Amino acid sequence: MAADPFQKQEMDRVTTSHEPEKIPVTVLTGYLGAGKTTLLNRILSEPHGKRYAVVVNEFGEIGIDNELVVGADEEVFEMNNGCICCTVRGDLIRIIEGLMKRKGRFDAIIVETTGLADPAPVAQTFFVDEDVREAARLDAVVTVADAKWLAQRLRDAPEAKNQIAFADVIIINKTDLVSPGELREVEARIRAINPYALLHRAKNCDVPIAEVLERRAFDLDRILDIEPDFLVADDHDHDHDHDHGDEHHHHGLKHYHDEDIQSVAVRLEGDVDPAKFMPWINQVTQEQGPNILRCKGIVAMKGDPKRFVFQGVHMMLDGDSQREWKPNEKRESKVVFIGRDLAEDDIRNGFLACAA
Amino acid sequence: MTDARAAASLTQYARSFEAGAHVVAAVFLDGAPTLALADGAVLIGEPGEQKRAAAHPDGAILTTVSDGRTLITGGDDGRVVVTRNDGASQEIADEKGRWIDALAMRGKACAWSAGKQVRARDEAGTVKSWSAPTTARGLAFQLKGYRLAVTHYNGATLWFPKVDGAPQTLEWKGAHLDATFSPDGRFLVTSMQENALHGWRLADSRNMRMTGYPAKTRSLSWSHDGQWLATSGADAAVVWPFKDKDGPMGKAPRECGVREARVTRVAFHPKALVVAVGYADGAVLLCRLADGAEIPVRDPGAGAVSALSWDAAGARLLFGLESGAAGLLNLPS
Repeated sequence: MAADPFQKQEMDRVTTSHEPEKIPVTVLTGYLGAGKTTLLNRILSEPHGKRYAVVVNEFGEIGIDNELVVGADEEVFEMNNGCICCTVRGDLIRIIEGLMKRKGRFDAIIVETTGLADPAPVAQTFFVDEDVREAARLDAVVTVADAKWLAQRLRDAPEAKNQIAFADVIIINKTDLVSPGELREVEARIRAINPYALLHRAKNCDVPIAEVLERRAFDLDRILDIEPDFLVADDHDHDHDHDHGDEHHHHGLKHYHDEDIQSVAVRLEGDVDPAKFMPWINQVTQEQGPNILRCKGIVAMKGDPKRFVFQGVHMMLDGDSQREWKPNEKRESKVVFIGRDLAEDDIRNGFLACAA
Repeated sequence: MTDARAAASLTQYARSFEAGAHVVAAVFLDGAPTLALADGAVLIGEPGEQKRAAAHPDGAILTTVSDGRTLITGGDDGRVVVTRNDGASQEIADEKGRWIDALAMRGKACAWSAGKQVRARDEAGTVKSWSAPTTARGLAFQLKGYRLAVTHYNGATLWFPKVDGAPQTLEWKGAHLDATFSPDGRFLVTSMQENALHGWRLADSRNMRMTGYPAKTRSLSWSHDGQWLATSGADAAVVWPFKDKDGPMGKAPRECGVREARVTRVAFHPKALVVAVGYADGAVLLCRLADGAEIPVRDPGAGAVSALSWDAAGARLLFGLESGAAGLLNLPS
């Protein structure tokens, strides 16, 4: 896999990843004290009729009686395949194997990570381990951020920054503890790192559960729109005052350019040449893989009536032909990378050079 | 096996039955066919007249080990339970809800692990504990001496529970899963996360790599003469030669029962060089090592074979599937 992340067998596996019986797995991250356990307790206590198996790092924090709470040790293993950033959660592989023996007793799995955890090994477990891949699918990485302390954590804790950069869904929690100006500031900081995640404001993690679970963020079929998501959904209870209601508009956002983690988005009008694009994407993810946290793209391959979509974590890539381009749809290609110290010009020029 | 060889198929001698839950292990307890199930129960007896022992009433059986007289089960309820063929179950350890990940037994001694915690219980019932550097994934007793191999990340450790002092660690990069000693005690073999087996010749800790598997090997079975190791993880049972002093080093394995389905379980016959092979598509067949001759036991269907075992005489073969389907083959005499 290290030598050629886009090899044929990878794509073959992708085509089997749409089987309905796969158990969805939601990864819950967030820095210490941000409110992960609050969100977890909320998910478990709401009357949604679903049964969750929960993988936690500390027993006893969950206030809800749940028969399937599994203690994990968060053991990160390097795969012995020559790929330095190819790490997996060994304990998670073992736990999912065990849980699959109890299939039918739960509908989904939630993995809570420690506050200092890097989300990449968890995500990569679903790319690397074939047994896990056959049984379960990564649904989304959900990050809980503390509205009051996030800005400081982004300065002093690289883990917190990784968690924001990696997220598909970000819950800005404890918004009641900050002023509207401070909230705007923290949202701008988040957007500087990750313009693509779905953002929710919350007090006590009071977001609708449907906005957190069953996102299918890693499903290639769902990579429909990778435009930056500047709209912020406000999930507060609607019995409170709306004094900051007019601040939802994104024109109010200040623009931060985060010093080391950023996103690079490149658009190319028209088709790309697959003979140029495939070697290029391989090379970029090989050379910059350790720095690339997430990537995704929709590509118009010359001569192909279907959209080619891909997504990846570090050096690992999933790619597949998706639906056909619609007659009135403009054939254009777009790639997005989120990462640390990305060679932005190289990525931009390299992709544009793939034009057919 | 002469009669079996003559038959084109043994499927008519295999009696199918429903176990009711994912079959984790198949064993014979004093001759009684016995299935350990993921719903926590142990099903004992001939098809149609089985007793259900509730070994883990609130849990799932995750791992098992048996000496043919007793069955030890480890559950996700944190309990280690001994079950006999009369259905009597007795708890021998409770790790307070932490999953039991691995088990081993030899004579009246047994060992279990929960996370990093490894415990060994001797004939007298004295329990000793050792903490592995990372989660212990596989346990195996050496045939002589009270010595336990524990697999973990980046190697395996040989621990003498009755001896104080540092255990011996055999290092090899990567995550090691299941463990087995060769019957002559010369080799320790582990399966790995990286779709490979690793082996150590214990006399000099020399490393052996057995690679080329398309999937993880999770079933290992030694031939009765100790000269062959059958393994799952490929589209055939891969059988490694261990006769020579260098074991399989520099030698190619035999492949038995090549089909277009992944082998999930293997079980060598206790008296002949015949290996029973179970596949991901539910098929079971017998394969003779000498010439590769194959005899079907179960036709494909109903999911992956997850348990496979011969009785001590080699006259009966018990198998179970993840779907809960099961069967018992009585070889025609």
